Amino acid sequence: MYRSHVLVCGGTGCTSSGSERIIAALEHEIQENGLTEEIKVIKTGCFGLCALGPIMIVYPEGAFYSMVKPEDIPEIVSEHLLKGRIVTRLLYQETVQEDTVKSLNHTQFYAKQKRVALKNCGVIDPENINEYIGLNGYMALGKVLTEMTPEQVIQTIKDSGLRGRGGGGFPTGTKWSFAAAQPAGQKYVCCNADEGDPGAFMDRSVLEGDPHVVLEAMAIAGYAIGANQGYIYVRAEYPIAVKRLEIAIGQARENGLLGKDILGTGFDFDIELRLGAGAFVCGEETALMTSIEGRRGEPRPRPPFPAVKGLFERPTVLNNVETYANIPQIILNGADWFASMGTEKSKGTKVFALGGKINNTGLVEVPMGTTLREIVEEIGGGIPNGKKFKAAQTGGPSGGCIPASLIDIPVDYDNLISIGSMMGSGGLIVMDEDTCMVDIAKFFLEFTVDESCGKCTPCRIGTKRLLEILDKITKGKGTLEDLDKMEELCYHIKANSLCGLGQSAPNPVLSTLKYFRDEYVAHIVDKKCPAGVCKALLNFTIDPEKCRGCTLCARACPADAISGSVKQPHVIDPAKCLKCGACMEKCKFGAIYKK
Amino acid sequence: MKSLAELQALRDSMKGKIGVRDDAEGNTRVVIGMATCGIAAGARPVLAAFTEEVSKRNLQNVTIAQTGCIGICQYEPVVEVFEPGKEKVTYVKMTPEMAVKVVNEHLVNGNIVTEYTIGAKTK
Amino acid sequence: MEMVNIKINGMPLSVPAGSTILEAARQHGIEIPTLCYLREINEIGACRICVVEVVGMRNLVAACVYPVAEGMEILTNSKRVFASRKTNLELILSTHNRSCLSCVRSGNCELQKLCKDFRIYDETLYDGEKPASDYDDSAVHMVRDNSKCVLCRRCAAACAKWQDVAVIGPNGRGFNTHIGTAFNQNLSDVACVSCGQCIVVCPTGALSEKDNTKDVWRALSDPTKHVIVQTAPSIRVTLGEAFGMHIGTNVEGKMVAALRRLGFDGVYDTDFAADMTIVEEANELVERIKNGGKLPMITSCSPGWVKYCEHYYPEFTENLSSCKSPQQMFGALAKTWYAEKTGIDPKDIFVVGIMPCTAKKFETKREDESASGYPDVDVSLTTRELARMIERAGMYLPKLPDEEFDAPLGTSTGAGVIFGATGGVMEAALRTAKEWITGESGETVEFQEVRGTEGIKEASYQIGDLKLNVCVASGLKNAKKVLESVKSGEKEYHFIEIMGCPGGCVNGGGQPVQQAAVRNFIDLKARRAAALYENDKNKPIRKSHENPVVKEVYETYLGSYGSHKAHEILHTSYKKRNRF
Repeated sequence: MYRSHVLVCGGTGCTSSGSERIIAALEHEIQENGLTEEIKVIKTGCFGLCALGPIMIVYPEGAFYSMVKPEDIPEIVSEHLLKGRIVTRLLYQETVQEDTVKSLNHTQFYAKQKRVALKNCGVIDPENINEYIGLNGYMALGKVLTEMTPEQVIQTIKDSGLRGRGGGGFPTGTKWSFAAAQPAGQKYVCCNADEGDPGAFMDRSVLEGDPHVVLEAMAIAGYAIGANQGYIYVRAEYPIAVKRLEIAIGQARENGLLGKDILGTGFDFDIELRLGAGAFVCGEETALMTSIEGRRGEPRPRPPFPAVKGLFERPTVLNNVETYANIPQIILNGADWFASMGTEKSKGTKVFALGGKINNTGLVEVPMGTTLREIVEEIGGGIPNGKKFKAAQTGGPSGGCIPASLIDIPVDYDNLISIGSMMGSGGLIVMDEDTCMVDIAKFFLEFTVDESCGKCTPCRIGTKRLLEILDKITKGKGTLEDLDKMEELCYHIKANSLCGLGQSAPNPVLSTLKYFRDEYVAHIVDKKCPAGVCKALLNFTIDPEKCRGCTLCARACPADAISGSVKQPHVIDPAKCLKCGACMEKCKFGAIYKK
Repeated sequence: MKSLAELQALRDSMKGKIGVRDDAEGNTRVVIGMATCGIAAGARPVLAAFTEEVSKRNLQNVTIAQTGCIGICQYEPVVEVFEPGKEKVTYVKMTPEMAVKVVNEHLVNGNIVTEYTIGAKTK
Repeated sequence: MEMVNIKINGMPLSVPAGSTILEAARQHGIEIPTLCYLREINEIGACRICVVEVVGMRNLVAACVYPVAEGMEILTNSKRVFASRKTNLELILSTHNRSCLSCVRSGNCELQKLCKDFRIYDETLYDGEKPASDYDDSAVHMVRDNSKCVLCRRCAAACAKWQDVAVIGPNGRGFNTHIGTAFNQNLSDVACVSCGQCIVVCPTGALSEKDNTKDVWRALSDPTKHVIVQTAPSIRVTLGEAFGMHIGTNVEGKMVAALRRLGFDGVYDTDFAADMTIVEEANELVERIKNGGKLPMITSCSPGWVKYCEHYYPEFTENLSSCKSPQQMFGALAKTWYAEKTGIDPKDIFVVGIMPCTAKKFETKREDESASGYPDVDVSLTTRELARMIERAGMYLPKLPDEEFDAPLGTSTGAGVIFGATGGVMEAALRTAKEWITGESGETVEFQEVRGTEGIKEASYQIGDLKLNVCVASGLKNAKKVLESVKSGEKEYHFIEIMGCPGGCVNGGGQPVQQAAVRNFIDLKARRAAALYENDKNKPIRKSHENPVVKEVYETYLGSYGSHKAHEILHTSYKKRNRF
């Protein structure tokens, strides 16, 4: 029996900021102090506040230490673990209170969050099945196998209102019912763990922090549709997730929770991992299945839908990781419990990966319908450096930009679609006034052009042509006709592409054209980039009034574009200037401007 | 594992072991002074006794925590019990045996062990 | 059949449930243009030329793969549909090498036709960067010019699904997607069997046979050369297609006239050599059965099949008949027996083969194919190349008179003619073998069991004391199935005929290109084969061993069937080739 548990985040974010070294130091110090029988160190999954990593929490006090360094460990062990004095200086500032530690749940970052999918992330040791079981793990599977018919399971999922968290938002229960309705025979349950949106990492966090929840949910889906084989398609670029899944599958098999005759009920279900090489398009369901089959990962036309003819041409249910992470709790707590959260058509919670120009970058889980303002300003802690919020991009390369004027929109599937964006897998990138929207559109399009599989004409060639026009505009060579041509091409690609990737690829362009058309026009007509991003449209100049002739800028210039004698105002030759900005960084007098 | 009952049994045995991570409100908090003075007076065996006993009795809503110097060093080891909506109870000069009794009388049955409290000792 | 009610362009129609929009529309005479679609093997919805509107759906759908459903309302000719198809074409054009004037497929290009149909007036509308494209002329038989590729993947489908070879397929992704071999090796360095099926399904000029016509023109204008030509059995029933004639028209006489007018010194028939092959091969079979030789014996007339065997099933090369193919037997005899007979030095004899086949080009370069010390055959042209020569010479084939082949190498039997269809070699061999084994001259010459376009056919014949088990396969995917069943011991045959191309030579990789719009709905192989069987029926002699010239060759020159001299001139050898 341990009197205290120290939870150290072993997610990818904290691992890269050094949590492994923290764990080593902790174990060493605990040993030194003779506390090995009293203190338990647990490596968990992601807590969400990745910007503050490495992160550790000491229970029972719930003291939340952030940005911990190995040299801090002796102090934490001798003061906190031995003597019970919390090391306030290392606490996450928000949790510091006069005399005691404020619960993490009361901090601004966590207060508005509602952790369902992430319930166990950062709480349990993901490599220990017993901890998962201790928090009711596999009880939902036990319940469906002993108390529920497959029809009841599907009805419960339908009643809960759960919709696919991978982006499309298709009702999960309905999807299951289609596959269940197919004649009995070989069927499959697949898990899409090929998370590919830039900046999105909620699926990785679930896999790293709570792998068993996915296994349990897949087994439940298997029972519901009559499948006994599951596949998890996970990116090979997620080594920690892969390792933990392998451990979890092994433990589940050892404990008889996967395999033959689960819990003595006669139900068989097993799961295999399939590693993807990281092609974005393999997140598209038909491409994913084609890839599992061992062929070039490309989408195939639908219908037939996977529920009818999926993996190896057999009926298949495919859901993403976050969707599965909700299933066991829906079974245990009931459909009504789940449906009590969220909006009319979007139930439950959604995990977002906050990124970009925001103070608290990391993972947050909020009830559907939380406003963008709450997410950005309260949970996210606002924009750094007092800059103004300009837009938020959701849905990754398939989504669009939400302008500041719509910041009070409650975030759910249908609202986002209605304003030209989409939920996507939950990437949420915040942009401030220094962001050029044309450049943003170009950024996302570069991504889709790179990741297009090349099968259908509109996506293969159309997106490339869109990108070329955008590039022209950012270089000041666009025309107003280009805007029309681009818009037409966008609608063409949306209506004509084979799969969701192409059908949504123009969204970043269309939404920026809709809300920030003036910025496009400024690039084209005034040959100016209002945010000062597009290099070709920038001019660096030296204010002769402020220049002291220190020559620092001239020495920093890689292109010899700056001339002037010592103690005399310097001049930049625009013909030679590469617009790298090195001079501006070096100038101590603020004499260099870009405009 | 061959049945749901086995799974439930494992779950129940695990609950106590990870209950320490439950900092939900509504829990009874037992706070043990673990500053140098407390440790010198023998607070660590007391803390261990509390942890053992709470776990043995599988008490779900009890959090055992430690704190620094409470300020009454002559009475160490000091243990404070906070029950939601009730006055704090302070036990002093605790021993592991007394700890077991506090768990059984106070935490389980709700009867304060008056003779161990600071009021009784200062009289 | 279950039917559903749909509307196309407002017309209420009843169509079979489960059919695609394309099929349903076609049944009612509504044509929807396609580009990437090849029935059964390439139903991938990639090019988006066949897009149609389904009322109530946000996006357009690909008619070639989208199934109809009860109550569905489809628009195939709306403004939005036209605009979408046009833009898709314009996008394809922006990456296309538009040197149409000099393109081998000019006039028979599916992309060109679509552009004309959709009135593309600005073919540069979406011009921008062009994807890097390679030009691969490393192989003996064909050229790949990716600058003209539209990435329909019909070639890759033919290679993988008909031939089970899959040496070409999509590489790279997105804008850089291109058709190529594994690791972009040269085609000559991979296990390509040279069958040319990729070429006949290519909608554009991206894939074409290597053009050897200039070598023939040069020889024809060289007064020191005695230039003779042989035409394979199937050419007479396909050449007309290149001149707009009906599929399955026999143009033997006009073809002979055309060749004569091109200036060949002798216009001969590979059918003669096919008869030679039969007697030599039937003899080999009888010998193998009698002497416990390697069985089953497998035919070796199809060079695509032979190359496949060497690459993929080298353990079966001993089963291959050691007989040269008819093309090579013709050349070998032309430069030996015929040279002797006419007193022309074999070095001055230039033998041209007109073949339905691209692998025949490869075959002319094989080792152990030079009976006279000079290559048996100098140049092998495809049907398409011959058609181009005829066009260039200003002849319009349908208007030419019917003429006869020259003697002596133009004399043939019905058995030689049917070589051009799957099962034909088997039937011809059976006609001869049966008589040899039983010693009786039978009346029945038709073996219906081995006819037809199915990929694999089996039959057993009681011939004397012997129950002869035979099998006929065409298309290499089917060949693979047969070989595997033999290998596993599941099947025991004495004799197997294998043709590399599905349906045999009538559907060879060197035949005139029929656009997908035709291929998808007409069985080319059946129509062309029917014309061959018709020809056979009308021949006075239908058994190879009764060919008088064949008899003469053995009597005056080779001695007996399978003699030492026959072996030197008419047989060859095989070798293992690498698969990777």
